[in-house]
Amino acid sequence: MIAIENFILITILSPLIVCVLTPFISKNTILRDCLGPIGGVISSWGAFNIISSALNNQNTTLEIVKITEGVSIGFEITPLGAIFGLVASFLWIFAAIYSVGDMRGNKEKNQTRFYSFYAMAVHAALCIAYAGDLLTLFIFYEVLTFSTYPLVAHKQNEKAQKAGRLYLSILVGSSVILLLPGIIWVWVATGSLDISPNGVLDGKIDEAYAPLLLVMFVFGIGKAALIPIHTWLPAAMVAPTPVSALLHAVAVVKAGVFTMLIVLTNVFGIDFLAKTGASEWLIWLASFTLLATSIIAIYKDDIKARLAYSTISQLSYITLGGALATSIATQGAALHIITHATGKITLFFVAGALYVGSKITKISELNGYGKCDPLIFLAFFIGSLSIIGVPPMAGSWSKFFLMLGAAESGYVVVIGVFCISTMLNAFYLLEIPARAFFLKNEREVNLKIPKLILIPTLITSFITILLFFFIEPFQNLTSMIVSKI
Amino acid sequence: MIDILIKNLPIIVVLCPLMTSLLVVLIPNIFFSWILTTLSTFLTFLFSILLYQEIQIHSHISYALGKWMPPIGIEYIIDKVAIIPVIIISGISFIATIFAYEIMPEEIEKKSISKVYSLWLLAIAGLLGLVTTGDAFNLFVFLEISSLASVALVAMGAHKDKQALVAAYNYLIIGAVGATLYVIGVGLLYGITGTLNMEDLTNRISDLNNNRALIAGFGFMIIGIMVKAAVFPLHIWLPRAYAYAPSAVSVLLAATATKASLYILARILFSIFKNSENLINNTLLFVILPLSLLAMFAGTIMAIYEKDIKRLLAHSSVAQIGYITLAFAIGTKASVAAGFIHMFNHAIIKGGLFIAITSIGFYIKKRVTINNLSGLGKEMPITFFCFVICSLSLAGLPLTAGFISKLYLIKASISSDDIWIAILILISSALSVVYLWKIIEVMWMRDGRKIVIKENPTIYISLIIITFLNIYFGLDASLVVNGSFEAADKLIGDLK
Repeated sequence: MIAIENFILITILSPLIVCVLTPFISKNTILRDCLGPIGGVISSWGAFNIISSALNNQNTTLEIVKITEGVSIGFEITPLGAIFGLVASFLWIFAAIYSVGDMRGNKEKNQTRFYSFYAMAVHAALCIAYAGDLLTLFIFYEVLTFSTYPLVAHKQNEKAQKAGRLYLSILVGSSVILLLPGIIWVWVATGSLDISPNGVLDGKIDEAYAPLLLVMFVFGIGKAALIPIHTWLPAAMVAPTPVSALLHAVAVVKAGVFTMLIVLTNVFGIDFLAKTGASEWLIWLASFTLLATSIIAIYKDDIKARLAYSTISQLSYITLGGALATSIATQGAALHIITHATGKITLFFVAGALYVGSKITKISELNGYGKCDPLIFLAFFIGSLSIIGVPPMAGSWSKFFLMLGAAESGYVVVIGVFCISTMLNAFYLLEIPARAFFLKNEREVNLKIPKLILIPTLITSFITILLFFFIEPFQNLTSMIVSKI
Repeated sequence: MIDILIKNLPIIVVLCPLMTSLLVVLIPNIFFSWILTTLSTFLTFLFSILLYQEIQIHSHISYALGKWMPPIGIEYIIDKVAIIPVIIISGISFIATIFAYEIMPEEIEKKSISKVYSLWLLAIAGLLGLVTTGDAFNLFVFLEISSLASVALVAMGAHKDKQALVAAYNYLIIGAVGATLYVIGVGLLYGITGTLNMEDLTNRISDLNNNRALIAGFGFMIIGIMVKAAVFPLHIWLPRAYAYAPSAVSVLLAATATKASLYILARILFSIFKNSENLINNTLLFVILPLSLLAMFAGTIMAIYEKDIKRLLAHSSVAQIGYITLAFAIGTKASVAAGFIHMFNHAIIKGGLFIAITSIGFYIKKRVTINNLSGLGKEMPITFFCFVICSLSLAGLPLTAGFISKLYLIKASISSDDIWIAILILISSALSVVYLWKIIEVMWMRDGRKIVIKENPTIYISLIIITFLNIYFGLDASLVVNGSFEAADKLIGDLK
């Protein structure tokens, strides 16, 4: 029997080991390419064990180093972290397989560097998931930014470097100027950086300052991509598709909203938020982001750009769920981390597959391609339905809980926002399979998709259906996020 | 034997470099003079470690020079406060001496190297004397010893760039004015109290609350020391002196020279004049606080627009000195402790940055300006890596020593209800990221000329040591934090 502390280490260290080993075996490409999926399997084995211990309500902490009074680096299992950790490590398996297909299909240069930093980014995301305090969270938040920079700028052309610079300056700038001071403020107010299921700020901070502190956190967490600090995400789409798929649909942005949820539930605490109304402005900002980016998405013809704006919109669902400050809305937000991740990674996989198969990047070029490879468009269709929230896809659960939460908190307008957004989602996502299946192309269409790309895509789309039926353990976990006393 | 050594430690720490400086000048061989200097600085460092341990037991060591008992004779005092600058000065000068081995012969005529080492040790002895002495006039003597030695050292840069002579001249004149002001202040105080011993001064001052001569004397002393400590706007000698001094000298001066004067400033404010509370509070609020805030921003903004990297770092030093004096100005126990924490951390940060930049200058054989740095990150991975770590530390990012300083500085300002100060600190450190990033970006992302550089272990070993310290004290800050809090406790514990 392995102690649960060691499972944390297994989960977070296996991607790190992959990252370190990859450069050493770069000559043997087969072995190098297998390393990622193997690391993913080991890592998610650990993550599954962590989930089961979190379900048993065990409190596990692992302190690495104590820096000074109330400041340390350590790991802890929280229900929310267990969920995010599982999402990141489990989807890494498929993303790793997919990235081999993608890199080979596109004959990219610098593949070793790519795989190495890819694993490093997963490592950072997992460390964020199991972070035991705000400082650890912050450190790996920065590690995640820096380790994804070489991936964003991978193509090393002018456009990629410009995007990379924007990416770094927004994410690092916002976090250093606002997030870190916010964290220090919490430390000064409470004397420690620990997080607790019911929040730590109640009674420790002047209630009049609470909205200000929240402003610092919300705009400091650039990875959650709220307007106006969302611009890095569409820019980062110059990265190879596996990066967009795993990192900009799962690891990086989910790390952002995960941090946001941690701040809202475990630092402020939903009772404190509900009592002071500190998060009311955030509800409106998130609602605005949600609708505005959905509308922008409609006008984007580039597949990845449209998916990027869709991602920003979906991230706002999660922030909104946290800001509503009721336990059901939080539950919906946490579930949305899982359901959106599986759905959106499928969509990005398809977008990459189309590029590898036929160099398609525009939606308007898609007419009639459904005949060549119906499976890939079916996967896209399933993923879209999940994001729209149609049963029996996983996404329906999270939307259901989010709407319940909005009703419970009394913000009826927010229900309307969800409904409008759902319609917009359906409009801009379903256009892609509709064009592929129902419209005809004058030119001859031809699409050749490698097995290494097709299979992970089908699996992730299958998972979105599977999750609908097996949501119960996750729902139990999410109910523990706020009611655990 | 050991007993005698330990009993005489406070004076040995000063005598060790002072005496070797007289010996070194007799050795013409470059290598042997370096060996002797290294040995001497190493021993000094060792003695200060011994002193540190002794302080943990006794907490206050008084040494009467020549057995003339104070207040008549000259007294040397080492307590929990003085030990901090002693450790900083002796530790950094040891590292800087190791660094000097390869760099020195490159920039200075071979025949004068042993003289330079002699001056080098003299400067160190002066700085150590400055912080250990308990006598206000003796302090002036050491102030002059260290200043004159440093001026001569800066002037040695003339072998490479004649600008060094101007810089040294500025430094000499402004420094002399500062020292004169200080000694006038001491004279006034001596006139009204009849003593030069610091502890004695403290006691006698308490009876003369609103004496004009006291206030005038205080003013002269403070301004004199502020010139030496390069407190804005009395810092004008500093950027040139640091920029044109020989590389190794820049490292030594940047990391140690102002620290000693800052320590003296704290001593005057919180120890000698602790009984004139009104005077001190007014000085802190209306003089030191606004000047520190100005320094923080003026230094940072000057650094942003500066092209010459050594000058850039010097401007940044002005800003960092601003942080330290700001901490003193808030005047609570927590803030003074934060000041000492930053004093220590800034020494290892700036030392590291100067070593990195000057070793780049050594390889490219040109003045280090921003345009000359293109693409060097790839050519000199070790130096570049260490430079990045020290930069992160200066910007105050977690896992580095600089973070600890900022943490306690901000905590101190918030807990004394000066949230606006905390905000200004944060803005200023965010601005410091601008000039650091500018350097890193050029080194890392721009393509440079193809020059092949092989990094030399004797040069980067000291850089690695100091970078390691930056990380170590970022991970385990207990030593620095506890030491600084004990120091603050000793200084103003019974006051507030």
